[in-house]
Amino acid sequence: MNTAKPISAGFRHFFVEIGELSLFAGRFFKETVKPPFEFRELLRQCYHMGNRSLTLVLVTGFIIGLVLTLQSRPTLVEFGAVSWMPDMVGISIVRELGPVITALVCAGRIASGIGAELGSMRVTEQIDAMEVSGTNPFKYLVVTRILATTLMLPLLVILGDAVALYGSALVENFKGDVSFQLYFNRVFDALEYGDLVPATIKSFFFGFAIGLVGCFKGYYSKKGTAGVGLAANTAVVFTSMLLFVIDFIAVFISDIFYEL
Amino acid sequence: MKASPSHITQLKPKEPPEVMIHIEDLYKSFGENHVLNGFNMKLFRGENLVVMGKSGSGKSVMIKCLVGLMKPDKGRIFVMGREIGTLDREALDILRSDIGFLFQGSALYDSMTVRENLEFPMRRHSEKLGEITDTLPLVLEALESVGLAHTVDLMPEELSGGMKRRVALARTLILRPKIILYDEPTSGLDPITAKEIIELMRSIQEKYGTSSLIITHDVDCARVISERMILLVDGVNYAEGTYEELVLSKDPKVEAFFKK
Repeated sequence: MNTAKPISAGFRHFFVEIGELSLFAGRFFKETVKPPFEFRELLRQCYHMGNRSLTLVLVTGFIIGLVLTLQSRPTLVEFGAVSWMPDMVGISIVRELGPVITALVCAGRIASGIGAELGSMRVTEQIDAMEVSGTNPFKYLVVTRILATTLMLPLLVILGDAVALYGSALVENFKGDVSFQLYFNRVFDALEYGDLVPATIKSFFFGFAIGLVGCFKGYYSKKGTAGVGLAANTAVVFTSMLLFVIDFIAVFISDIFYEL
Repeated sequence: MKASPSHITQLKPKEPPEVMIHIEDLYKSFGENHVLNGFNMKLFRGENLVVMGKSGSGKSVMIKCLVGLMKPDKGRIFVMGREIGTLDREALDILRSDIGFLFQGSALYDSMTVRENLEFPMRRHSEKLGEITDTLPLVLEALESVGLAHTVDLMPEELSGGMKRRVALARTLILRPKIILYDEPTSGLDPITAKEIIELMRSIQEKYGTSSLIITHDVDCARVISERMILLVDGVNYAEGTYEELVLSKDPKVEAFFKK
């Protein structure tokens, strides 16, 4: 069986998709700076995105903090390095685990939601109705959603990090008799601006990617109602993949700065 | 004896009716699928023109080209003397405020109440309606004209199919359009509700003096509402005339439309 053809078609499709996504991002930047501005809708979207994902992010963050501490404890005890637990957990969560896990959770929650919502609006001609009524649907639906995810994700990451550290402190308090105050003092001593700043900047890019891919998949959804499901599904897959690529690039760049 | 000119009653030549929409030689293809192959049409002021054709014959494509939702491959479209293809976004939006569009599936915004749905077109075209401090009276007036004033605070999901179509009709009326485009206004409705919608379309035309372009494959709808009909076959206007003229035609392609 000749498998070369489907593989080359798959590659072609992938690069076409990347090209279209880049054009979509270009249009986003162009429309963002052009009036009229949809402030009311932006605030509504910020509230929705933040509010809808908050519980999930807090629960996930708390469990990650608990599990990370419980799993690392025996090894650190074995090496007599259990006192380094707050430093290790703090740096891992703030630098990497917090932003990546929060972004992945939000990709599942928000990107799929946006993909399905816009896809359904496309299929039921609501986007066309908006266009005919004189409102630019790209501005009203896409720009506001991408800006909302870009602005809200860093806030969710900060809250997720805080809860994860609290979960870790709870374990240390039960198992190691470490007070909360001592635990958090150690965490803040261990953290530097070099840990906080790249993680925060990275979170903005994660938020942008979540909004961008969700909107792209939903806005250009085809094939009727089946296309809506497909838009939601591919939005999550594509966003998750993109998040890891962004993460790699961010770590690579911050590593260069560390060396300097 | 030759009568002096002063004794002759001068008959004023009858002015031709104003052309509201003029489509000239319209072509549109999707890949190898040639949907419109030189379609021509004129809609006159105050008339009800029905364009009939089989499913997939390009009726909806034609109507979407008319409001700038799709770009034709070739041909020109004039709406109230202005060529659609030459207008920038701003000018097109202003022109669109004079065109009401009833979508096939109603296209009500799911996330908004009935009131918000009707207020939405007013966001961009408030200047057309003059100084408005409260939009509610306008919303209620439009809803009353379709007999659904009591639904003002309901969500679209709480309405039946027929009610959704009526609310969508009220939304098209809110900006007092001069032309209303109906895309399959009775599709998906039971015969009684379909009849009610047709009656409503007639009463709206009488009350507001709008010109209507109705796209349908429903012969009963065409019979009741049309003053003139165009049969769209193979992307061209195959036959044109009143319902009575077309129903008596011996042309097999025309007969096929009216066979029970």
